[in-house]
Amino acid sequence: MKTAVIVFPGSNCDRDMAVALERATGQAPAMVWHKDASLPAGLDLIAIPGGFSFGDYLRCGAIAARSPIMRAVVEFAQKGGHVLGVCNGFQVLIEAGLLPGALMRNANLKFVCRDLHLTVGTSDSPFTSAYRPGETITVPVAHHDGNFVASDAVLAELRDSDRVAFRYVENPNGSRDDIAGILSDNRRVLGMMPHPERLNDPALGGTDGGRLFDSLASALVRA
Amino acid sequence: MSDLPADPPITDDLIASHGLNAEEYQRILDLIGREPTFTELGIFSAMWNEHCSYKSSKKWLRTLPTEGPQVICGPGENAGIVDIGDGQAVVFKMESHNHPSYIEPYQGAATGVGGILRDVFTMGARPIAAMNALSFGAPDHPRTRALVHGVVEGIGGYGNCFGVPTIGGELRFHAAYNGNCLVNAFAAGLADADAIFYSAASGVGMPVVYLGAKTGRDGVGGATMASAEFDDTIEEKRPTVQVGDPFTEKRLMEACLELMATGAVISIQDMGAAGLTCSAVEMGDKGNLGVALDLEKVPVREDRMTAYEMMLSESQERMLMVLRPEKEAEAKAVFDKWDLDFAIVGETIAEDRFLIRLNGEVKADLPLKALSGTAPEYDRPWVPTPARDAYDDVPDITPDAALLALAGSPNYASRAWVWEQYDHMVMADTVVRPGSDAGVVRVHGTKKALAFTSDVTPRYCFANPVEGGKQAVAEAYRNLCATGAKPLATTDNLNFGNPEKPEIMGQLVGCIEGIGAACAALDMPIVSGNVSLYNETDGKGILPTPTIGAVGLLADADQLIRMAPGPQDALVLIGETAGHLGRSALLAECLGLEAGDAPAVDLQAERAAGELVRAARDAGLVRAAHDLSDGGLALAAADMALAADTGLVLEADGTLPDIAWFFGEDQGRYLLACAPDKADALCAMAADAGVAARTVGRMGGTDVALGTSRVPLDALKHAHRHGLRDLVA
Repeated sequence: MKTAVIVFPGSNCDRDMAVALERATGQAPAMVWHKDASLPAGLDLIAIPGGFSFGDYLRCGAIAARSPIMRAVVEFAQKGGHVLGVCNGFQVLIEAGLLPGALMRNANLKFVCRDLHLTVGTSDSPFTSAYRPGETITVPVAHHDGNFVASDAVLAELRDSDRVAFRYVENPNGSRDDIAGILSDNRRVLGMMPHPERLNDPALGGTDGGRLFDSLASALVRA
Repeated sequence: MSDLPADPPITDDLIASHGLNAEEYQRILDLIGREPTFTELGIFSAMWNEHCSYKSSKKWLRTLPTEGPQVICGPGENAGIVDIGDGQAVVFKMESHNHPSYIEPYQGAATGVGGILRDVFTMGARPIAAMNALSFGAPDHPRTRALVHGVVEGIGGYGNCFGVPTIGGELRFHAAYNGNCLVNAFAAGLADADAIFYSAASGVGMPVVYLGAKTGRDGVGGATMASAEFDDTIEEKRPTVQVGDPFTEKRLMEACLELMATGAVISIQDMGAAGLTCSAVEMGDKGNLGVALDLEKVPVREDRMTAYEMMLSESQERMLMVLRPEKEAEAKAVFDKWDLDFAIVGETIAEDRFLIRLNGEVKADLPLKALSGTAPEYDRPWVPTPARDAYDDVPDITPDAALLALAGSPNYASRAWVWEQYDHMVMADTVVRPGSDAGVVRVHGTKKALAFTSDVTPRYCFANPVEGGKQAVAEAYRNLCATGAKPLATTDNLNFGNPEKPEIMGQLVGCIEGIGAACAALDMPIVSGNVSLYNETDGKGILPTPTIGAVGLLADADQLIRMAPGPQDALVLIGETAGHLGRSALLAECLGLEAGDAPAVDLQAERAAGELVRAARDAGLVRAAHDLSDGGLALAAADMALAADTGLVLEADGTLPDIAWFFGEDQGRYLLACAPDKADALCAMAADAGVAARTVGRMGGTDVALGTSRVPLDALKHAHRHGLRDLVA
């Protein structure tokens, strides 16, 4: 399975993501610089990691979404490629138009970093197949702008098409419908605020996050 | 450019406003044989202020132990460097940003974090952990809440974006900090021991390169401001606080580390206090060279900046380096990759000269070595702190009431409200998160882990500076040992009031004596540090607060000891208990009393107890451990009960009054948890090592029972969770 991690100048979870991908797939991902205009050939998955891509002094992810590499990422997704965006990566995917809605400042205006319980909304995706629907898992969050908002129509569509991947058990940021992560309509793009790459090792306090990468590894494995 | 304002004439008022007294000004006249220019006066003021020159403390700092086989580089560089084996080194330092944080809490604290991170990566180390030790005024003081919010958000705003886990620190409230909060920022980084970078320039005619953010007027005079007492003109000082940009700092770090890897860097120095002045002088002084700068080449973001302003600007996220000319193309490629401004702003010269030109006009021409080498040094008069009477009353409060009050007090309630605003997991190596004895991160890609703690008990230091100084180091030692780590070395951040007052100077002298004795006895040399004096407002000083940051090594992260016992574990108390209540948390929080003497620290016993913890761990006799400090046995046990989410029973002593047994703050103690059938072996092992040990209780039940007095675990949990959160949120 061939993967890539997109690196913006202010990405700071790029190494964490690479470690998690290598752990699950046995192969180190390609680290792709934001100024590149093209992707390595034959990718199975692109991950957009957490961090503060361009400082995020304006709308989080807005500048990153307009960087040269994102044109290639959007094209990759439109052709049915698999894309995972975590935290700032989720913000970038929304700004790039690959996922609906918006991520606003947390309702209490504070950065929040802690383990949270999530309910798995669906196991029907290459990202979540190792979970049981309705299962409660523990994954940490670390963000200032994770408050998911979308119109009633979009929320209804996400619900009706079973595209809410994760919901917060205790909502930390004011997200509508307790949404923590959503899938694209072809179910091949996942954006989520929680950090599965941070809880995939017993020494770090848990392994629930690792199962997301295990799902991907088994879904995308090639002969 | 030609319409720059004319330099003001040098008058007595101008000299005084630069923090220079008549004697110091005379020294300048003697040194250069003429009246200084305005720019030169600014340069002297920046180099000779307390913040940069350590003129009041130097005599005493020299007495601290700074050497050991583990030390690669002690004080005097940007940060200290300690060997952690396998060709790797940990690089760390702690530094205050007290004055700016009181004036503008968010930016003051944020740039404090930025400054200390820069100190670490300037040496070639990637930051892997940060901590912050914060002291605020009384919880009900009108400014406290806003300061707490601003400082915590500033620290988070900077560190979270930069991408370093903030894994520990301290937070205290005391009325003595009403007019001066303390913000002490610690950072540690990881480097290869053979790829460390220093500030000493070498080679004549080498290009001096400026890298990073553009220079503005922010922070002009900041170091001088940080060396003065506050009064009612404080609002006028706001423009001297710098503004941070963590995104630029992140790029600056990545670019510096990449540049270092190309072999282009001869020497490097970050621009911190007194910016371009301090950094250029440092590089020249250490390399025995002169420096010539042409200021019109400095990237600026404001119009019509004068030489004076450029030399004293404290704009953040800037570096000065001397590069190998033949590597220019590689260097430029790195700067372009990270979209950073850079410019060749001068060169090294053979003469001992600091030559500053602007558009060809000489604005300063000074002997360079003399700027740092002849800075004034004072042997300020001091008086020892008078001995305190012992406190030997038995306070009239039951253990259960005392425990609930303490666990829910602003000083001892859960700090989660603070550290949940810090990203403490980024880099995915944090194996012990904040809220335990010490934060622990793995050394990426190895089996090793590093433990970090910061400690001081200012009310002890106030009562008895020598014992208080010892205790700060001893508590840091204990916190590291409680995780199973072997303590390696320390950094000190000495925060005191006005050193021109003999009783304040006496606190400084006493604390340094105690710190030195403890660092020597516990084999934790001081490898870096910072002194912050004049923490006074309207003549009222803070409590003496010598914060100790300390680092320990776990050769194997699997040897980590955690704080949560198993559900039926026995609890074994290590160390001697005499029930010392003087200056205790119990008196301060439950009775509003600051009485008695600080507890004495027996450094040999402290060391023996710490070594026992590691030996017992190696023998498989320890499941969990916690150090005993503020709040004594009761609060330590409560922490372990909360960590395990299980009740426990502690027996009464039988001899000591319950309140003294449970809440006394005798030093050198730990509470260990082990399987019940291992408690005897643990006690026997302690006896062989000459360390007192006895089984004092066991885990289990739904209460925290202190003898016959009981607190339901749920009530304890509630008090602990809400004590701080409800106050500040």
